[in-house]
Amino acid sequence: MRYMYLVKSCQSGMPPKRLFEELDKMAEKAIKSGAMIDSGGLMPLPMGGAHIKLDGGKVSVIDGPFVESKEVVGGYAIFEFKTREEAIASGVEFMNVHREFGEGWEGTCEMRPMMGNPHDPPR
Amino acid sequence: MTVADTHRAILAVWRKEHARIIAIVARMLRDVPLAEELAQEALVLALERWPETGVPDNPAAWLITAAKRRAIDHLRRYQMLGRKHQALARELESEQDAVPDLDAALDDDIGDDILRLIFTACHPLLSREARAALTLRMVGGLTTGEIARAFLSSEATISQRIVRAKRTLSESGLAYETPRGPELKERLSAVLEVIYLVFNEGYAATRGEDLMRPQLCDEALRLGRILVGLAPNEPETHGLLSLMELHASRTPARTDAAGEPILLLDQNRAIWDRLLIRRGLAALARAEELGGAGRFYALQAAILACHARAARAEDTDWARIAALYAELSALTASPVVELNRAIAVSMAEGAQAGLDIVDGLAEEPLLKTYHLLPSVRGDLLARLGRHAEARAEFERAATLASNDRERAFLLRRAEASALAS
Repeated sequence: MRYMYLVKSCQSGMPPKRLFEELDKMAEKAIKSGAMIDSGGLMPLPMGGAHIKLDGGKVSVIDGPFVESKEVVGGYAIFEFKTREEAIASGVEFMNVHREFGEGWEGTCEMRPMMGNPHDPPR
Repeated sequence: MTVADTHRAILAVWRKEHARIIAIVARMLRDVPLAEELAQEALVLALERWPETGVPDNPAAWLITAAKRRAIDHLRRYQMLGRKHQALARELESEQDAVPDLDAALDDDIGDDILRLIFTACHPLLSREARAALTLRMVGGLTTGEIARAFLSSEATISQRIVRAKRTLSESGLAYETPRGPELKERLSAVLEVIYLVFNEGYAATRGEDLMRPQLCDEALRLGRILVGLAPNEPETHGLLSLMELHASRTPARTDAAGEPILLLDQNRAIWDRLLIRRGLAALARAEELGGAGRFYALQAAILACHARAARAEDTDWARIAALYAELSALTASPVVELNRAIAVSMAEGAQAGLDIVDGLAEEPLLKTYHLLPSVRGDLLARLGRHAEARAEFERAATLASNDRERAFLLRRAEASALAS
């Protein structure tokens, strides 16, 4: 089963360098173990992002300011696991690295099974 | 947490970490089969203890420590083998006390350890079937039961196969080392072959009622991804991975709701998996960069890439595919490849051109019982409007097919030809 992880936080400012180093190590391990199949960081919304909204039958593009959204989605990763337990264990490991090296970083790692996974038995 | 929850959590940790645990213990003992047993013992201990004590904070480290303790006990028990072992046991024990963060200390060369494990499991001394079973067990972490189900074999047969393979490895006293130089190339190709075998068995199940056994595909893909991380400069590891990712990208479109096969050209390309296509094309590019363009796996991947790049079936570059098949045919001298070339040529130049190649294969002894020969011939004849002949070929193909779904599909085509003639 394929899972997507979205990392969200209300924290502003750059997380400590050490955290990035440790996350790199973890990512390398995950790639070598064959579990992580894709990942990417996301720029903060004000740096070129936009909301493209459908409301009342009208599509509008909002470039900002995005005062209402405090939560920042910092990045995503896609993993392939056999069981939900493995997927959870991986998410916990990821957050433990943040606990240890994040110097007070707080946030959420949202884990979602992806639909239409090619490795699921044919429906 | 119920006992069942805890057991599930333990098995999750096991799946993630077992190869590393076996590798670490194997490095201590220089004996992979024994290491595998001791790692299993550590797992059993966890299954007994954790439901009472709860899952420890660092479950992987717990399992590693438990397995290492067993390895030290083992070395002590056999101390008559010489003082060297005793010294080794003492050294290992003090190392264990002095370095509480085992994980970090061991992470650095863990890649090499797992690579050594794969090389051992795929040792040329073992039969192909034994290599596949042992690799799935030691590197993939599959249980004997899971391997038996995947290969439609009995648990007793697989268990026998694994026991015998492990005995062969132990008795041969093989050094637990990664081969170097010219031997490395040869041994690496044996590893790739095992992964290819596992993938093919999963992707085109030769027996049984389901068209695919996804677990084998998943396992092969994972092994391929691991190998690319461990041997990043070998073009054929990238070629094989590309081949598997590109094949797997079509999985969602290969069967209909009832599990019946859908032919490549009839598939809904919108549901091909874009992520796997992207990964497959990237791996192919890497294989070609490393000079592997004309090699066995990269050539097959290049053919699949032609399909992956075509947004619609009619956009397919059949001339390029036919040329790639010609190259592959020259490399392998395989009549099966030649049969595939016939299909590509028929698409590029017309059904008659394809039929000419197929007719040249009629006497090929290797294809005598191969259901795809009459199946392809039937298809070409049908395209030429020779329906009565096509029907006879489809019927012959159906009697040769051993997969139930495929047989039913061929019989339906025979019926359609009968109606058309």
